Amino acid sequence: MTQQNSSQRLMSGAEIFVRSLVEEGVEVIFGYPGGVVIGIYDVLLDVTDIKHVLTRHEQGAVHAAEGYARASGRPGVTLVTSGPGGTNTVTGIANAYLDSIPLVVFTGQVPLKLIGNDAFQEADIVGITRPITKHNYLVRDVKELASIIKEAFYVATTGRPGPVLVDLPKDVLSSKAMFEYPKSIKMRTYDLPYDGHQKQLEKAAVLIAKAKRPVLYVGGGTILSNASEELTKFARKTKIPVTTTLNGLGAFPESDELSLGMLGMHGTWYSNSAVNYADLLIAVGSRFDDRVTGKLESFSPDSKKIHIDIDPTNISKNVKVDVPIVGDVKRVLQQLMPLVKAIDTKDWMQTINNWKEEHPLRYKNGKLIRSQYVIQKISELTKGNAVMVSDVGQHQMWMAQFFSYQQPRTHLTSGGLGTMGFSLPASIGAALARNDMPIISVSGDGGIQMNIQELATIVQNNIPIKIIIINNGYLGMVRQWQELFWHKRYSQVELSAPDFVKLADAYGLPGFRASYTDEVEDVLKKVLAEKGPAIAEFKVVREGNVYPMIPGGQSYNEILDVPENEKQEGEEKELPEELQFVTFSKG
Amino acid sequence: MDANQATAEQSQKKHTISLLVENKFGALNRIAGLFSAKGYNLESITVGPTEDETVSRMTIVTQGDDDIIEQIIKQLNKLINTLKVIDLTYESFMERELALIKVSTNEKTRSEIMQIVEIFQGKIIDISHKTVTVEATGSGQKVDAIVKMLKPFHIKEISRTGRVALKREFVGEV
Repeated sequence: MTQQNSSQRLMSGAEIFVRSLVEEGVEVIFGYPGGVVIGIYDVLLDVTDIKHVLTRHEQGAVHAAEGYARASGRPGVTLVTSGPGGTNTVTGIANAYLDSIPLVVFTGQVPLKLIGNDAFQEADIVGITRPITKHNYLVRDVKELASIIKEAFYVATTGRPGPVLVDLPKDVLSSKAMFEYPKSIKMRTYDLPYDGHQKQLEKAAVLIAKAKRPVLYVGGGTILSNASEELTKFARKTKIPVTTTLNGLGAFPESDELSLGMLGMHGTWYSNSAVNYADLLIAVGSRFDDRVTGKLESFSPDSKKIHIDIDPTNISKNVKVDVPIVGDVKRVLQQLMPLVKAIDTKDWMQTINNWKEEHPLRYKNGKLIRSQYVIQKISELTKGNAVMVSDVGQHQMWMAQFFSYQQPRTHLTSGGLGTMGFSLPASIGAALARNDMPIISVSGDGGIQMNIQELATIVQNNIPIKIIIINNGYLGMVRQWQELFWHKRYSQVELSAPDFVKLADAYGLPGFRASYTDEVEDVLKKVLAEKGPAIAEFKVVREGNVYPMIPGGQSYNEILDVPENEKQEGEEKELPEELQFVTFSKG
Repeated sequence: MDANQATAEQSQKKHTISLLVENKFGALNRIAGLFSAKGYNLESITVGPTEDETVSRMTIVTQGDDDIIEQIIKQLNKLINTLKVIDLTYESFMERELALIKVSTNEKTRSEIMQIVEIFQGKIIDISHKTVTVEATGSGQKVDAIVKMLKPFHIKEISRTGRVALKREFVGEV
């Protein structure tokens, strides 16, 4: 298909679709063909502007698109067929929805006249995805196809971003219309507040000037808004310490002395202490999620609260705030900057630094591998210059704790929905978005088996992902809860896995394994030195626990720190005191 | 009534919300879906065309404390097809509901039923040997009242439209 003369020509819906994506600047589609979208795949064959990555499952395609969007800030695009093609995308769409990730998901649909007829591979995907998309569309006329695509990208990427689904009936794709891609867009029902309200900004500035024990509580919205630089300047100017949520990791450099690392259920002792004793909490692009607040009534009980968020429904949803500022985080921070001055937080920082010394992130190391040690070594070897793509569970929390994040969009995780099987396919998208630093996918032995089929996608496309498998033979997080809160009655948490080194060989990529602590560094160096994709499996202690921990729905006072004498299977002979505490510092 | 009871009642106040939405595929579904997904109470919902054929007006009667109502309004505003949301509860507004009530009757009760209907300024729109069907229009309360009055005669079937409402125009100081 030629670039010239392509507009103002009678085209099929399939051609219009592909041309529209080219106009949108889409460089990669993650997808899977099927009956009703063959027409599109036929057109794609002759298009050089767009790369198509064939995943091995539609869920993988959506996670890959998410990984692309999270790593690049540009919308991820998925194309699948009708029926099961669509329903397989549901988990990925819900995942993107909860983390506000801009996606445009295109699904094929049976011809219009067959809709509702229980036709072959028919599913009401618009109905199914209505509560998990920011918006969705059924295209009912080829004449509205281009404008709906334009609108879909606009809605997905503006305001609070999110996934948008466009359902494409087969006959719409085959009928013809004149193609003209809309230059601009006007939606009378969709206007967005970008600037903060001046009065609210002034009120916030007064609270900030008066604060003695302020804390910035920074969420994923800061990264979505590309406001890391503004946030960093703001924190350094005002001298306010910064704690981030899971999705906020990377928004503020963790090497900075103002950094407190993550807060919440598995946050650092000192970030949770700081929030608990704060007199001012400034929430920036964060939403007072239950994994952050624990028991609402006792969350940061003595603080005044400022909340910057683009979505008004987030304001006072869980926690009453004193000064809400509705607007884009980047713009609001720019507006606030001239209104604030350095405040004297010396005493406050001294208190916080004492907490850091008394309760650092730590674990007891021994001859058997601790997951924390693996993550810490990756952090050291890469000096924080890596895109870390985590899965869900214990290793996810250890990755949040024992890696020192320095830049936005380098920590990709399924934060809101907690979708196991996210990491491997998401890392495919991340690798297509950026090649300036290593892409490291980390999963547990449970999560890796949920989307392991994507190894074939990685090998087929030679995508240089370093795949780390933390294998403890358990669904570790559930096991930890059963140990701590269910009298150690382990139910359905023990699981077997294939020999991952042999599996690597079967898929056609190098595989390494470490079973003892002194092998970890060597194996990591080997896997990082590989040009292409490679797998490294770490056989870790079976019953490691994530600490600190504030048990679900409880308050700061219930926080559990690392026990002094945690022993591990296989190390019974060693005395607990022979095991050395290793610490890791944030800030 | 003690203070707690008073707050509880206050907190479950009924609200009439009027919204204008783009007349697009699935718009009603999105709104009804929002109420069920978020667990909001939905007492009635009506939808119909307006003076602008691309826009529908919906009237929603819901119940909740101030925080819930605030969330409902924000969530309705957040839907992409929503043009305007007004909580009429704090405005001066007119509301009407229409009900068709089919009541069992016989020679003895017919005249009494007709009297009740007259008092409520309703109409008999169908009659048979054993039933009359009454059309009643008015505020939700008025419709509730006529239903209550007709109940002793045995109501066979009832169909209510749910409430429609509009804000009153300001006509200057009185």
